[in-house]
Amino acid sequence: MKRELPLTIAFIAGIAFIIAYFIPHPPFNRFENWFSDWFAIIAAFAIWLGALNLMKISFIKIIRKKSDWLHAILIIISFVIILFFGFYEGYRGLHADPPFSFRDPGTSFDWIYVNVYTPLSATMFALLAFFVASASYRAFRARNLEATLLLLAAFFVMLGRVPVGDIITGWLPMEYQMSQWASWIMNVLNTAGQRAIMIGIALGLVSTSLRIILGLERAYMGGD
Amino acid sequence: MKVKELLAAVIIVLFFLLCYFFSPKPVQFSPTVSVVVIILLSLAFVYVFIRTFQGKFIGRRTVFVFVGVSLLLPFFMQFSLPVLISPEVRSVYDALEELPPGSKVLASFDYDPASAPELQPMADAFMKYAFEHGLKVIIMGLWPQGPQQADQSVQAAFAENPGLRDSIKYGRDYVNLGFQAGNEFVILRMGESFKAMFPTDLYNTPYDSIPLLKNVSNFSNVDFGMNFSAGKPGTVEWVQIASDRYKLPMGAGNTAVQAPMAYPYMKKGESGRKQLIGLLGGMAGGAEFEKLTKKQAKATTYLLSQSFAHMVVIMFIIIGNVAFFREKKEKE
Amino acid sequence: MEFWHVFGIWFAAALTIGIISFLYRDNVLYKICEAIFVGTSAGYWFIVFFWDNLYKKFYVQVSDPTNPERYVPWVGFVLGVLMLTRLFSKIGWMSRWPMAFIVGAVAGLYMMIYFVSNAMVQVSSTIMPVFIGSWSEIIANTTIAIGTFCGLVYFFFSKEHRGAFGGAARIGIWFLMITFGASFGYTVMSRMSLMIGRLDFLFGTWLGMIP
Repeated sequence: MKRELPLTIAFIAGIAFIIAYFIPHPPFNRFENWFSDWFAIIAAFAIWLGALNLMKISFIKIIRKKSDWLHAILIIISFVIILFFGFYEGYRGLHADPPFSFRDPGTSFDWIYVNVYTPLSATMFALLAFFVASASYRAFRARNLEATLLLLAAFFVMLGRVPVGDIITGWLPMEYQMSQWASWIMNVLNTAGQRAIMIGIALGLVSTSLRIILGLERAYMGGD
Repeated sequence: MKVKELLAAVIIVLFFLLCYFFSPKPVQFSPTVSVVVIILLSLAFVYVFIRTFQGKFIGRRTVFVFVGVSLLLPFFMQFSLPVLISPEVRSVYDALEELPPGSKVLASFDYDPASAPELQPMADAFMKYAFEHGLKVIIMGLWPQGPQQADQSVQAAFAENPGLRDSIKYGRDYVNLGFQAGNEFVILRMGESFKAMFPTDLYNTPYDSIPLLKNVSNFSNVDFGMNFSAGKPGTVEWVQIASDRYKLPMGAGNTAVQAPMAYPYMKKGESGRKQLIGLLGGMAGGAEFEKLTKKQAKATTYLLSQSFAHMVVIMFIIIGNVAFFREKKEKE
Repeated sequence: MEFWHVFGIWFAAALTIGIISFLYRDNVLYKICEAIFVGTSAGYWFIVFFWDNLYKKFYVQVSDPTNPERYVPWVGFVLGVLMLTRLFSKIGWMSRWPMAFIVGAVAGLYMMIYFVSNAMVQVSSTIMPVFIGSWSEIIANTTIAIGTFCGLVYFFFSKEHRGAFGGAARIGIWFLMITFGASFGYTVMSRMSLMIGRLDFLFGTWLGMIP
């Protein structure tokens, strides 16, 4: 049961979607609809699993006084605060007249989203701007023909997608300016390369999916 | 923490406090000062070039300062750059222009605050355009933060054109269905029934009670799909299911990281149909769309900083490679 | 309310500066901001998935007496609860069932949509009539066809890349390098845009220095 049942479930779920693609009529489309609905509900629990696992790890860190246990306290406090306001505003919104969403501007949850979550999330990713420049300075070298092609393509695209490129090449006829070169690289050369990658991935995905559905690929189940 | 670092931290805090309380608001460089700033930056690059050529690479923190300065100072300059419209952006605009008033547009906001600098300007421009041209917008999100970002676009449209606040009514002209988990399974299910995936809207109003959704059961009742996407799930999933399977005409706005992957979808196939009608790629695409929809706002303002940043990265790459070739020649 | 608005902006600015301080080096302020981010992020997703999924998708449907399929979502609910057993090592093996469902469903769906949209349609878009349209279109279509074919030849590792096959693979690499270069250029654009947004917040929204 520990291995056979999951393999059977994977097979049934996979086959249902494949058949429904070709026969989108009852009862096959009904299975597709049910399975899609279940997927949405299970996805919620999967996210909860991640959040609860984080809390479990944080609690263990605090209890065993591991390194960074003070930060674990901060993680739990932040989690509890937003949880409280999320449930409170959600409940309040449901029973208000007219009803409002827990995310509406003016709610405490929205305040946390705008003033805590948004700046932290946005700034974390924004740091990459500095690292990409530093990495380009230190590591991006035209060692061979392929690297040179990569560099040149990057130059044309970076200059062509901002107005500076056209200012630099303003003395050329319109069709030979930097933005046109960048556009041609994207629409022709990039499209060709991306297509090759897409087709290759799609073919690999088909074979992997078949292996999963037929039970040949079992890595997702983990060990016994 | 060392004394020097503590001192630096105190100076930085003082700097910000001074700026908050005593700096002129706003700060605007005159053209002369702007030119002087550009010359100083160029001279700094010459210094970096000389040092690198001598084999003494500058530290990463110096590179960070260069990037920070080149991103920040253009905000205060009064140059405006000409924005040329690319064919991909033009295609999206033309497709929207062809929609008669009253057409229903499904707008999926699939991004989070991290990608807002790139996608929010184009989303704001789209929402304002839709409201001003009588398009009915059905908002939804495959990312949890999407509906809130969509609400910001709605509020931005009202702030830009206050008349819309009276003429545009929630439930009649636009509706926010909120977020649903399930990625591509949400799109797949919507192909059969919107109500099955979104039994209520964001405010828990039952689907059947919303006037705009009265005759909307699935994609066949929607005239156009617009997707603002920062990753997965996003444009690729919408193209694969809504466009290819259910033949919904789709346009998209992507972060610049994602944009190159969407270009193959914009080619006409054997059937003469494009999987993706057009694409607004990154901040530049947002600025072009703002120009077309006559909304000169954030993306257009940011373009000068973007241009400076690109020049800085290119200069660093050239400097690094010149030093590399010189070293290679010396070894030979 | 005005106080909370102003306090919110200052708090957001402090958090932003805390994260940016990582550029100097890892420090206490950055670690604090990171911990707040992790906890807040986990809580945000928890809440959103509760109200938007569990409440709307599950509870609303099962509690609607007019819904003929109101018992169907219970299967998804039970599978979801089984997913949570992963937290406990003794009964964690039960989480394999919902995992298998997810993996199987995704495999089945992806097999079709990727094959159709990313393989079949792309192949049919590549094989276009040669002598149709203007000269620029002819050159573009031919280049795309050659580039796509050669790129696929490069990815075929079952045969040694020698002779004509190796030549085609080499051309394929060139196209792929140009593709990666274009992606790099766009990536730089994207990363810079994100920082521009943050600087606009700090010096515009907070300090009011940007017009």
